[in-house]
Amino acid sequence: MRTFFILWRREIASAFHQPLAYIVLFFFLIVTGFNFQAAVTLLNHSPGSVTTLVEAFFNTVYFWFPFVLVFPLLTMRVFAEEVRSGTVELLMTAPVGDGQVVLAKFAGCLFFFTVLWVPSLLYFLVFGQVTGVQAAGAMGSYLGAYSMLFLMGAFFTAVGCFASALTDNQIVAAVIGFSGILAFFFLGLLSFLLPATGSALREATFYFSPLEHMMAFSQGLWDTRPVVFYISSTVAVLFATFHIFQYRRWRA
Amino acid sequence: MVTVEKLSKRYGSLCAVSEVDFEVGKGEIVGLLGPNGAGKSTTMKMLAGYLPPTSGRATIAGYDVFSQSLQARRRIGYMPENVPLYPDMRVREFLSYRAALKGVPGRRLRERTADVIELCGLQEVATRIIGRLSKGYRQRVGLADAMSHEPDLLILDEPTIGLDPNQIRAVRGMIRNLRRHHTILISTHILPEVEMLCSKVVILKNGRVQAAGTPAELRAGHGQAGLVEFDAVVPDPLAAAALLRADSSIQSVTHRQDGAWTVFSIVPKPAHDPRENLFRTAVENHWRVREISRPEASLEHVFAELTGGEDWER
Repeated sequence: MRTFFILWRREIASAFHQPLAYIVLFFFLIVTGFNFQAAVTLLNHSPGSVTTLVEAFFNTVYFWFPFVLVFPLLTMRVFAEEVRSGTVELLMTAPVGDGQVVLAKFAGCLFFFTVLWVPSLLYFLVFGQVTGVQAAGAMGSYLGAYSMLFLMGAFFTAVGCFASALTDNQIVAAVIGFSGILAFFFLGLLSFLLPATGSALREATFYFSPLEHMMAFSQGLWDTRPVVFYISSTVAVLFATFHIFQYRRWRA
Repeated sequence: MVTVEKLSKRYGSLCAVSEVDFEVGKGEIVGLLGPNGAGKSTTMKMLAGYLPPTSGRATIAGYDVFSQSLQARRRIGYMPENVPLYPDMRVREFLSYRAALKGVPGRRLRERTADVIELCGLQEVATRIIGRLSKGYRQRVGLADAMSHEPDLLILDEPTIGLDPNQIRAVRGMIRNLRRHHTILISTHILPEVEMLCSKVVILKNGRVQAAGTPAELRAGHGQAGLVEFDAVVPDPLAAAALLRADSSIQSVTHRQDGAWTVFSIVPKPAHDPRENLFRTAVENHWRVREISRPEASLEHVFAELTGGEDWER
């Protein structure tokens, strides 16, 4: 356990030691700022479609665009750089298990992702103060939206880590990770395209749709099905990452 | 301390290491020698627990490097070839992180880090960023890292490669000082280094052990031990050579001119020393003698002979 925390701290430190971290933080803040503005506008002009600011905030295109884009940037480095620079040799000849390394790297990226969303809490606080209107109908809305954010974040981070473990080129890792995440995301969009009735595929993709999940959760509907889905998918992808990491090292 | 039995590593059809056997006793400094691509680094990576062997086994302090990898790795300080380090960290931060990772308890961390920084002469750069250090300092950081958790065994893969002569001497001195507390396995192709440092040598070629023993044993067992050089002014070199060949203790004689001097290279029969007879012959024939010497066969010659390198000097 101690080893895990040492590795985890190192992952976080290495993320914040590179300029990319601050560039991502900076642009992310700008885009979420736009998103906040868009959410308020939506709330003003079409009050029927959404009922609270939290719901509006987490369901605009300005939310999804940076959300999907950010994972490859956070994760492309983790394994690829370590392998390319040879420090993986240093790391894996210390008494640490492969599993610990994979988990620590994943947890480090997830931590960074979580940090990205901390400022958004401030928006809702300020909104409440300034307008005198509550940003969310109830606590459940916050809880739902942020727990879905975290669950989806964990899954997409795992996919990004997996992509990074496949190659020692960061760009290739980013492209693979991005493709994987987008493929999953668009699979969920199929439910909007297919005919509304009588399509089994539509039924199926409906359950995988991140849009649907976020919609429900940001209304405070805490459904256990997506929770189980995201947790088990994350574990499965991390398991695959563990094996790829070990396999590539042993073949080296 | 280290036992290696029939250790092999194959990459597809390529056999990088093939049935290597050797042992390293506690407190020994053992040098792994061989030309590039002989399997030195691969052997070391397997011992360090980074690569799994294809077959055979190796134990460190009684722990199998594959099945009891974590226990074995706890007892090893490994410095990889080219010393990969995290360029974004500061020296002290890096060493402290590595020591913690390798199991040095929190309360001893500060003290242990300070110790290795002092031992490796890193005080001046302790707060500098590793990415901006010179090669020599980086090498020392690697060495400091390898010994940060006071391992029983140090595995150093070409620790002096790419350094300038002063830095080489400094690193070498450091390694010599370490001998009191650690068993050391070192790979290199700088032969004088081996002669200066190592109590035992293992020579590898194409993944196989060609020879093993102390440097003195290797010199005695290989190369032209006992070759005698004899410089004299003789009236007729050919006749003189024939005269020398007549001696029963001499196997063969070759000669070359060096100005007025003739330099004879004399190979005696095994376990014979012809120098006294040479002197007598010279006196009897009134030859003027500049030198009678028996240069010791260097490890370099042994190395060239065993690894099939061309000997350009001869």
